[in-house]
Amino acid sequence: MKVVGFLMLPAGWFLALAAIVLFAAPPLRAAFVLAGIAVEALGLILAFRAHLIPREEKR
Amino acid sequence: MAACLFFIFLVPLAAAGLALMNVGLGRSRSAGHMMMASLCALAVAGLAYFVCGFAWQGFIGGPSHVLAVSGKNWNWIAAEPFFFRKIPFDGSAASLVALFQIFCVGLAALIPLGSGADRWRLRASCLSTGMLAALTYPLFAHWVWGGGWLAQLGVNYGIGRGFLDVGGAGTVQVLGGLTALAVTWILGPRRGKYSADGMAPAIPGHNGVLVLFGCVLALIGWIGLNSAGAILFTGGEPSGAALIAINTMLAASASALTAAFITKIRFGKPDASLTANGWVGGLVASSASCAFVIPAEAVVIGSVAGVAITFSIEWLELQMEVDDPGGAISVHAVGGIWGLLALGMFGQFERPVLNVAGDTLPSTMSGFVSGQWLAQLIGVATLLGFVLPLTYGVNRLLNRFYPFRVSVEGERQGMDLHELGAGAYPEFVTHTDEFLPR
Repeated sequence: MKVVGFLMLPAGWFLALAAIVLFAAPPLRAAFVLAGIAVEALGLILAFRAHLIPREEKR
Repeated sequence: MAACLFFIFLVPLAAAGLALMNVGLGRSRSAGHMMMASLCALAVAGLAYFVCGFAWQGFIGGPSHVLAVSGKNWNWIAAEPFFFRKIPFDGSAASLVALFQIFCVGLAALIPLGSGADRWRLRASCLSTGMLAALTYPLFAHWVWGGGWLAQLGVNYGIGRGFLDVGGAGTVQVLGGLTALAVTWILGPRRGKYSADGMAPAIPGHNGVLVLFGCVLALIGWIGLNSAGAILFTGGEPSGAALIAINTMLAASASALTAAFITKIRFGKPDASLTANGWVGGLVASSASCAFVIPAEAVVIGSVAGVAITFSIEWLELQMEVDDPGGAISVHAVGGIWGLLALGMFGQFERPVLNVAGDTLPSTMSGFVSGQWLAQLIGVATLLGFVLPLTYGVNRLLNRFYPFRVSVEGERQGMDLHELGAGAYPEFVTHTDEFLPR
């Protein structure tokens, strides 16, 4: 889960970068940048969840 | 130039303020260690930046490496010589940028210390700071302040004025806050913070006076930070400093009072440490947009920062089990991201703005620039999608070769005695357990 989360962060960034280069129309560009941010948000949630402390390690 | 120098000389007060806050929010048995770590972080950051940081960060109009992508030049890293060579120290823009940045990189390096309080070994924090000052910070700062591809978004693709960050909300604060998150994940929580029964008892800071005095020092430093940044990176005039100082003060005030109000409503009494975090969060949020908003908008930006930071601290601590004694992740990362987005929402460009070629882009009739919010969003995406994985990977690698976390015995004894051999407060004993026979 941790690895997937940390892979999704740059994946979302690449989506935003691709939007800048590939799309000239502002609405389409904005939509893809927002999609990139959404992918990053999912990656961040996974990264947070992967770092929750297992019950047996709580002391 | 004299005005810019004056503002730059105020910046170390922001570092002093953050250091005092980090000390006050930690335990008394680690107070000396925290101050020592702060001093070492400033020293290591300055030296690493001198060796190679400035060479990779550069300044607007300086030599750099460029990638050509579908006919557009993407400026991705500077190509200055190492060791500050070839900087004309005669009041040139390059010398002022170098001076400003050597303080800024130290400020960014102090942020993660608050998150790693009471368990981060001194040498490990120095190693991490070295990587931040030599690699992470210069790279992102070049993209924003050195005429890099984020600043070029306006010129190359017509996206607003390009990514703008007047006083380092992204370059200094979010970068430091995300490094703090990475360090906290790697270190894990302090012993006793999360028990098996699901409780997360509060471990209060040991000196509220230091924390609140740190807030006042930070205000002075932030006024210098925001004013110098506006002059150096957006072509602002020194006469604009009055508006910047007012906006900085108002954002901090609104944020602190909002935090105090929320804690009063929820807990019956205003919480001093959360109010202090709200104050600094307001300063952080003001950094991106202080030169381009009116005072009423600064109040709104500060108020939203106060709400976001107060709830973010609680959410991270209780729901995400992130043990951040200084609240650095919420204050600097969350507050900074909000500040960057706020510039896209409220920013008005009624005066010319310095662009990546060193020329000034004319002001607009209405003041509003379409697409600025998108440029800010791309900057935030870069921080989350590039800076966070990079800083996490670098610190994890360092942790593999030189473990960050102090031993169980050291944590129990306190960082002062364990790592420095002497306590910060030798005249009185506040934790007797370290002297009990075992």
